[in-house]
Amino acid sequence: MSGPNDAYDPKQVAALTPETLAQAVEDAEKAFAQAADLEELAAVKPAHLGDRSPLLTARREIGALPPKARAEAGKRLNSSRTAVQSAFDQRRAALGVERDARTLRGEAVDVTLPWDRVPVGARHPITALCERIADVFIAMGYEVAEGPELEAEWFNFDALNFPKDHPARTMQDSFYVAPEGSGMVLRTHTSPVQIRALLERKLPVYVVCPGRTFRTDALDATHTPVFHQIEGLAVDKGITMAHLKGTLDAFARAMFGDTSRIRLRPSFFPFTEPSAEPDVWFPEKKGGPGWVEWGGCGMVNPSVLRACGIDPDVYSGFAFGMGIERTLMFRNGIADMRDMVEGDVRFTRAFGMEA
Amino acid sequence: MRIPVSWLRDHVALPEGCAAPTVAQIADAFVQAGLEVEAVHQLGPVSGPLVVGRVQEIEELTGFAKPIRYCLVDDGEPAPRGVICGATNFAVGDLVVLARPGTVLPGNFAIAARTAYGRTSDGMICSAAELRIGDDHTGIVVLPADAAAPGDSAVEVLGLDDAVIELAITPDRGYCLSARGLARELAIAFDVDYVDPGLREVPQTHAAGWPVRVEDQHGCRRFLIRQVSGLDASAETPWWMRRRLQLAGMRPISLAVDVTNYVMLELGQPMHAFDASKVDGDLVVRRATEGEKLTTLDGVCRELDPDDMVICDSTGPVSLAAVMGGESTEIGPQTTSLLLEAAIWDPASVARTARRHKLPSEAARRFERGVDPALPPVAAELAATLLTRYGGGEILPGRTDVGTSAKRVSVVMPIDLPDRVAGRTYERGATVHRLSQIGCAVQVGGDDGTTTLTVAAPSWRPDLTQPADLVEEVLRLEGYDTIPSELPPAPPGRGLTATQRRRRAISRALAGAGYVEVLPSPFVSASTWDALGLPEVDPWRRTVRLLNPLESDRDELATTLLPGLLEALVRNVARGQRDVALYGMAQVVQPQTNAAAMPDPGVLGRPSDAEVAALIGALPAQPLHVGTVLAGQWERPGWWGPGRSVTWADAVQAAFLVGHVAGVELAVRAVAKPPWHPGRCAQLQVDGQPVGFAGELHPAVVEALGLPPRTCAMELDVDALPLTDRHPAPVVSPYPPVLQDIALVVDAAVPAAELTATLRRGAGELLEDVRLFDVYTGDQIGVGNRSLAFALRFRAPDRTLTAAEATAARDAAVTAAVETHGATLRS
Repeated sequence: MSGPNDAYDPKQVAALTPETLAQAVEDAEKAFAQAADLEELAAVKPAHLGDRSPLLTARREIGALPPKARAEAGKRLNSSRTAVQSAFDQRRAALGVERDARTLRGEAVDVTLPWDRVPVGARHPITALCERIADVFIAMGYEVAEGPELEAEWFNFDALNFPKDHPARTMQDSFYVAPEGSGMVLRTHTSPVQIRALLERKLPVYVVCPGRTFRTDALDATHTPVFHQIEGLAVDKGITMAHLKGTLDAFARAMFGDTSRIRLRPSFFPFTEPSAEPDVWFPEKKGGPGWVEWGGCGMVNPSVLRACGIDPDVYSGFAFGMGIERTLMFRNGIADMRDMVEGDVRFTRAFGMEA
Repeated sequence: MRIPVSWLRDHVALPEGCAAPTVAQIADAFVQAGLEVEAVHQLGPVSGPLVVGRVQEIEELTGFAKPIRYCLVDDGEPAPRGVICGATNFAVGDLVVLARPGTVLPGNFAIAARTAYGRTSDGMICSAAELRIGDDHTGIVVLPADAAAPGDSAVEVLGLDDAVIELAITPDRGYCLSARGLARELAIAFDVDYVDPGLREVPQTHAAGWPVRVEDQHGCRRFLIRQVSGLDASAETPWWMRRRLQLAGMRPISLAVDVTNYVMLELGQPMHAFDASKVDGDLVVRRATEGEKLTTLDGVCRELDPDDMVICDSTGPVSLAAVMGGESTEIGPQTTSLLLEAAIWDPASVARTARRHKLPSEAARRFERGVDPALPPVAAELAATLLTRYGGGEILPGRTDVGTSAKRVSVVMPIDLPDRVAGRTYERGATVHRLSQIGCAVQVGGDDGTTTLTVAAPSWRPDLTQPADLVEEVLRLEGYDTIPSELPPAPPGRGLTATQRRRRAISRALAGAGYVEVLPSPFVSASTWDALGLPEVDPWRRTVRLLNPLESDRDELATTLLPGLLEALVRNVARGQRDVALYGMAQVVQPQTNAAAMPDPGVLGRPSDAEVAALIGALPAQPLHVGTVLAGQWERPGWWGPGRSVTWADAVQAAFLVGHVAGVELAVRAVAKPPWHPGRCAQLQVDGQPVGFAGELHPAVVEALGLPPRTCAMELDVDALPLTDRHPAPVVSPYPPVLQDIALVVDAAVPAAELTATLRRGAGELLEDVRLFDVYTGDQIGVGNRSLAFALRFRAPDRTLTAAEATAARDAAVTAAVETHGATLRS
């Protein structure tokens, strides 16, 4: 042990020689590397970074050096200490990651276990398709119009140019309500909403009317007494049948893809003149692409416009309507109408939130 | 309407031979003309030597299990042909259909000579089924003696190269319920010549006909009688006519009946034949009188309505006009003198009579759609001519013709209207050409630069009454496929209304919460109200009733969605589902107590605002409802632990979910309301007004409807929820909260919701949230009491709240609970 004022004798302070320090660093690095986990690392730490570790012991020897040599020895000692501390930190971080990984491995579960604890709901495809179609027309600037299901015959027939006692009226197989001559009928189509829209709204009128409709057809694979329609109506100046065709073409593309389109066959409806039945080109048709009958349409009959107080010499319009059930049947491959009526959850769940 | 193509060819000069259009092309032409083709029935096909033969000899072979005949048939060749036949419905001298070896019958059935029953069978005698002209397998076809001669081609005689097209005729095209009308459409489609059989000249008559008096000229517009007498009562209908009637779907009956049917199919004029010897005195055409009766041809004695048109003789009604003849003047096997009636009736009156007596006949169908008023003389002449040609006798000189063919009404139309409606420009002259083709008389005129057409519609087109009707004719004949496709100028739309967005949001929220949507039936049986345990005065029992329900016991319109939802629940359970949660949204129908009568404002112009209001006001209220039903387990058991059965609280929560989506805070009050459990029914309120109910169903209802135990249900009137179009923003304080818990002992009858409301009121504005987190009953707190534990969260909007401030607020809350409900604070 040297006193502070002794003459410099490097051999007396061997603990501070570069070789000794290098050895201490090497020993420390080796010991840390050999520690298998954080516990072992903690156990070997005092021997290399503790008060009695070679480096701290050496620090106490610095005073034994002549003043000129102290700075250099101090620098050497510090860099050795930094090396050991860094080796320790690195090892601890590595062992920490290992430990965390081990813990997470131990917490692993079978994520393929079934999770059906809470019920899964679904919307009926009829509702979903009605909304989807309405959205197509809303994007074209239309609004959605609605009306009651038990309707005045005046709205359901008279204003739509169905003369009393005309066969067109009986063609519709209406449900009538008591008493006899009540003047009310369960609406046989969504067309009465057209009349309501024309009476209530300012011109021009562009509306779609989705809704529930009723006819006296017994329930079977292809008929149901309660069904749904969506109807469109545009009344404006200068509306032509070309506009009707263009609108239905756009509708067909929105529903069935860019290759879809419409063709028109002449037909008869009291509330349109000229009248037509559209066929839609359905690329995914069973058995190959082809035409599918898709509702009715035509130019609004001037008698209908007159009944709503609209001058048919100034305004014209078109109207069209489709069955939602029928559309779903060919679009989604539903073979039996009853599936859409009975409310079996297995059927509806398959559609999720959209049709 | 079924029509053989060969019949149409009588009137249309369709190309023949290899230029002849195929049946598919003809059918397509009808479709393009606006006539829906329901089916095409191709007869045959037959190839090879199928001929007519006459049976010369029949030898009954014996010793076999069934009767077997060996026949010698004259088939026009020098020697008769020997054929084995298993049928026995023919005799020597009969005309039969013989397939010589080499014939291939329908179904690729090739005929060859073969040995059978010890003889050589040199061909086959054919049955209707083998020729595909009927279903009858039991016997062979025996042709009438006049049908043909041995050796004639049976393909021609039977029309086996023909096809029958079955068409659905829309109500505006009554004229197409005849060969005459269909042939016209076909001639236009193929642009070929057409001879209108309805425009034949009839001979002038000067003698008086059977006396007729038409007393109701509105119901009967024209009434024509032609008399034929001296007929051979045993005369048969000629083969060709029978065959045409069969192909058109009618059964041949007797010469007189067949001729009237044939004329109807040919021209579209329904006719009736009276046995002249049974008619007593003048004919009178009038409305029936109250209490009058008539036995019609079907043997039914019918009570007549004063609205029915009848034809009477001195004995009273002898025919229900336009619908069905009477039994007393029916033609029979002895009839030799006929009165042929061809008349024009008011379409609406015929429609009412046919519906009233449930007699939708072929005649009524045509009259309802309008029969060409120019036809009666032509039709009667054709019928009389055919009758005397095939039945002998003579047409009596007189013709009674009361009333007239209605005047043609002219429609004036700008010549460019078709262009403006179609959105394209048609070739010059197209409009006049097309209108002339359908039989219109067109005059071109106009002044000050606008050309107009004055168009007189033909007598067979009562549907052409306004310019739009003429436009349709031009557009359809020019082809709808030539109309371009373009979009109208888009108006700026406002999107969905708040009500519509709310409806969608509720639907999505319930589906997202685990409910499956169903479409509840709107039809309810009165017995359902009993099963639901409703008292007699319950408003749900006040329903609108259907006059013509599909199922007689389900004749009421739903006032609630529950019956339909529970029906779907039961169906799902029956199909093996145990845990079922369903929802539905639909209108219900709630009749008014003193509904005004439904007005009839007419259609000549816009009804006044008052009239529109009266129309709408006379209808029952039809609010949109939402309902849920749930049964089984809400949370299922599994590897995570046990499950949890549905409870009344799940139903209440569904209601709160709807309220939350609608932006409305619902209040809850305990009520007893069937069909719910009297102690487990929550009434949901907004601003003190009830908007629905939720809870567990009454056990008796569960039993009566066969529901799973503890089934729960909720129903809300969505339209009764106030609409929140814009939600005000809350103040969100960034300062820390102070949390304090309290437990209050109260009488068990105090509703938690009321106690919570009291705490909220007592605590004042610093209370941010109060949450009930525990309910306890037990000895420690006394019988009839319960302890409710609340977590209170206090927070100030503008500063950090001190504990002292929070405690003061809490104490105020407790004080309010003590004063209002007699609560005591548990320490």
